[in-house]
Amino acid sequence: MDTLLTPAFGTVFWASIAFISVLVILRVLAWKPILNALESREESIGKALLEAEKAREEMANLHANNEQLLSEARLKRDAMLKESRDMANKVVAEAKAKAKIEASKEVELAREAIQIERKAAVAELKSEVAQLSIDIAERLLREELKESGKQKDLVDKLIQESTLN
Amino acid sequence: MIKGLFKRFTLTLVLLGLHQLTIAQAEGEVNIDNSDHSTHETHSHHSHTEGEHSEFVPGDFIIHHIADANKIHFFGEGADEISAPLPMIIYVEGEGLDVFMSSAFKSESESHDSHAPSTAQGPSTGVLYTKDEHGITGKNENGELVEIWDVSITKSVFGMLLIITCIILLFTRVAKSYSRNPGLAPTGMTNFLEPLILFVRDDIAYPVIGKEKSKKFLPFLLTTFFFILGCNLLGLIPFIGGFNITGTIGVTIILALLVFIITTINSNKHYWGHILWPPGVPHLIKLIVVPIEMLSVFIKPTVLMIRLTANMSAGHIIILSFISLVFIFNQNFGTGAGIGIGVFSTLFMIFMYFLEILVAFLQAYVFTLLAAIYFSEATQEPHH
Repeated sequence: MDTLLTPAFGTVFWASIAFISVLVILRVLAWKPILNALESREESIGKALLEAEKAREEMANLHANNEQLLSEARLKRDAMLKESRDMANKVVAEAKAKAKIEASKEVELAREAIQIERKAAVAELKSEVAQLSIDIAERLLREELKESGKQKDLVDKLIQESTLN
Repeated sequence: MIKGLFKRFTLTLVLLGLHQLTIAQAEGEVNIDNSDHSTHETHSHHSHTEGEHSEFVPGDFIIHHIADANKIHFFGEGADEISAPLPMIIYVEGEGLDVFMSSAFKSESESHDSHAPSTAQGPSTGVLYTKDEHGITGKNENGELVEIWDVSITKSVFGMLLIITCIILLFTRVAKSYSRNPGLAPTGMTNFLEPLILFVRDDIAYPVIGKEKSKKFLPFLLTTFFFILGCNLLGLIPFIGGFNITGTIGVTIILALLVFIITTINSNKHYWGHILWPPGVPHLIKLIVVPIEMLSVFIKPTVLMIRLTANMSAGHIIILSFISLVFIFNQNFGTGAGIGIGVFSTLFMIFMYFLEILVAFLQAYVFTLLAAIYFSEATQEPHH
């Protein structure tokens, strides 16, 4: 029984050598590398998790951005389409208006030309007619005034008439 | 605060009382043992002459199985005993060093009792060594007692060397596996040991000492944990000699001493302030508290030592007691009773074995946890 309760010198001797040497050896060869490896692995896992979270957030952001861009693009496209349609309409309308004006101008010009031509024609006709009538009148008068009595009558009559005027 | 101190005070008293009690009991038992042994010897001698089996003495049987020895005893008793001898290394003061195998010890009295005194001659010094249940004594040629230092590789020392070799090989391999595939998931042995390492780190060191301060103490805590666990588990393997390394006080005293040394080296002003001049305690009570606190510095590691030794020995004693029951009943009430009790004992031993596996882990955990608590107390920064 006393051997159980009193530490034997040999046991104490070997236990101290054995335990201290195992402590020193494991401290250098095992615990340091193991604890460092564990810590660095934990860090890297933590970092990886954080990064994954970040990446997911970024993806979500990107998705939202994409959506926004798409909707913006759609709006822009619509706006552009509308604008171009409007422009086309406007161009067509302008062209139409211009053409109308042009056409009416042409017509006006033509009318004016026609008017001028007509006037000229009428004037020519008038002068023609006047010449003709003078010629006729000359011939008539010549025929009429071949006799002197008649000439005298006519003069009188004309005088008469002119005084009345 | 006062309540806590009072609690600690009563606890200390109880522990001191227990300690005294165990010592007293031990001394008493030694005496009984001695007288027992003498009767036992004559008895065995007597029975030997009659050619009968020696009487079974459970106390001796158990003590001899849990005590340290100079051989690894596999099975059999007396002449049928099968055991492996261990090297004896004895330094004789003024004479020199003797190294020989323990098988050199021969019993004089041709007795079948393997625990009877036996002698061996030192090969280089010529000193005559006598081994009995009290240990080894040496006498020179003139028959005078000489001062000897016995540093033999006993059963516990052998087991301890076995365990530390295993631990060193195992953990250097584990460390290599970390450097071989850094950042990858552990595989094989590493996968099995990593949870235990993480358990010591995350459930003992970090919460008790704190993450930053525990860096300094982790190598000691991890080594202690795995050393105690390995020794405890080795003691549970049957047919290899029933190692009781952590139940050997010479081993646990070193663990406790290291805890004490590390605590004292790392202790700060705050720690000693609380011991020598506890704040917030009336001066008169300080007269009581201060000596107790001073004593507790030594009691704490002592308790660590006693707890581990007693727990591990107790487990072995219980299992051996159930084995003894079979022989006692066989001897006193016949073979039938022996077989009947054998069935009952075996069932109980199976249960005890499971309990012992739990205790092996539990005691390693408790020792490490308490060491961590003492370290944290010594390094605690003032917080008020």
